[in-house]
Amino acid sequence: MKYLLNVAKLEYNETLCTGCRRCTEVCPHGVFDLKNKKAFITDKDRCIECGACQKNCESNAIKVQTGVGCSSAILYSIFTGNEATCGCDDETGSSAASCC
Amino acid sequence: MFQPIKSQTLPDFSGLGSTVGATANSGPGQNYVLNPPKKITQNSPKPLPRVDHKWNVRDYLGAFLARTTSRRNDYTVFPGLYRFGEADKDSEVLVSANYKLTFDKLRQKLEGRNVWILVLDTKGINVWCAAGKGTFGTTELIKKIQAVNLGEVVKHRRVIVPQLGAVGMAAHEIKLRTGFRVSYGPVDARDLPEYLDNARRTTPQMRRVRFNWRDRLVLTPMEIIPSFKHFWKYTAIIAILFGVQREGILFQNIIQDGGAYIFAGVSALFAGALMTPLLLPLMPFRSFALKGFIAGVAVCAALFGISQYQESSFFWSNNPWFLAFAFIFIPSASSFLALQFTGSSTFTNMTGVYKEHKYALPLYIVAVVLSVILALAHKVTLWMNAGGSL
Repeated sequence: MKYLLNVAKLEYNETLCTGCRRCTEVCPHGVFDLKNKKAFITDKDRCIECGACQKNCESNAIKVQTGVGCSSAILYSIFTGNEATCGCDDETGSSAASCC
Repeated sequence: MFQPIKSQTLPDFSGLGSTVGATANSGPGQNYVLNPPKKITQNSPKPLPRVDHKWNVRDYLGAFLARTTSRRNDYTVFPGLYRFGEADKDSEVLVSANYKLTFDKLRQKLEGRNVWILVLDTKGINVWCAAGKGTFGTTELIKKIQAVNLGEVVKHRRVIVPQLGAVGMAAHEIKLRTGFRVSYGPVDARDLPEYLDNARRTTPQMRRVRFNWRDRLVLTPMEIIPSFKHFWKYTAIIAILFGVQREGILFQNIIQDGGAYIFAGVSALFAGALMTPLLLPLMPFRSFALKGFIAGVAVCAALFGISQYQESSFFWSNNPWFLAFAFIFIPSASSFLALQFTGSSTFTNMTGVYKEHKYALPLYIVAVVLSVILALAHKVTLWMNAGGSL
């Protein structure tokens, strides 16, 4: 299953890549693979913007605009102007029942 | 299935008492199953909770309730280190979240093994969601490794973190700060035995997150049940609108005139919160809003078709006002409900969900306004036909 095309905000700078393989390990949709000791993006449209690759890239070669992909969080952000959050943490605590 | 054991061979776990015994926000139900070790004195070796793979009746019941009710929001185990089987200094350390269903699913897969389970305090949220929020994260893992003195418990310097936890973990930072190297294990705990047997090697299959019909099915109760809240409100409004007669509120009219409307609510729920999630890959379009809309249209068409073969049906009316209402309201409501499922799915991204809302939200508002107008117009014609005046 694939979601909307050409929306994922994922950037990758090959020159910074050290070929450590972490991104190929952590991506749950196989977006990264390794060729000639450098990572490359196999299919950007499979990216779910979870941010695992960015977080585990020691050389900062990957940038992802991450966020919670759930409707209630986005509705919350649209109507209140705040950042989209699940509301499952103590600070906001509002709609915990519908979290993730 | 938990028996606290007295540990003779294990070193003194300073800090463990505070981690295991009392969590920061131990609310009601916090110590649902795992009783913290009682009376920890400063100098005696601290007993470590021991767990096995078996599920008892309470575990099954708890899992069911967590899948279907708000029990989910308060279904936790105490964070800390657990000994599984005869874990010793060479045993692997598996990192997990303190959502009890996560913890139970993990230990269920570990039959016959000797491992340590390091439970992080994720406020009762599963690994993936907690990682997204950062509670299953670098800081918390470092804190727990230090709090339970992991370096004294095991000889090796390796922790196995579920792959989906990587969203919150920076492996290089953990290595730097604790000396422990993070090995990302499989996405699904059911692949753990194979992973452990193959010297921690994963197959590409283990690295992918799945979303088959069974995965989707277990998520539907939490789509349907919360939307009942809205359904009751909707039903109440319909009941009042169509029940009101010059003689008062008549039950007969609620069923006779409002019945089809109430069933339209049920149909929308069915199409958006059950049919769309289950048939997700079969539904046309990539957009969840469109998938839900199509499901709603299909349900409408089916009901319309069936009703043509019956003289009168409780679930449908051939009144033109109702027909217009049904074909606008059911697909729109179904679309909205389907959009809610993006949060439970494993392949959507925020930019996409945001884009869907940008287009769909104004249309939903228009649909609600039209639905209200059509239902009111229907009521007015009924009122006039009954000899009433406005």
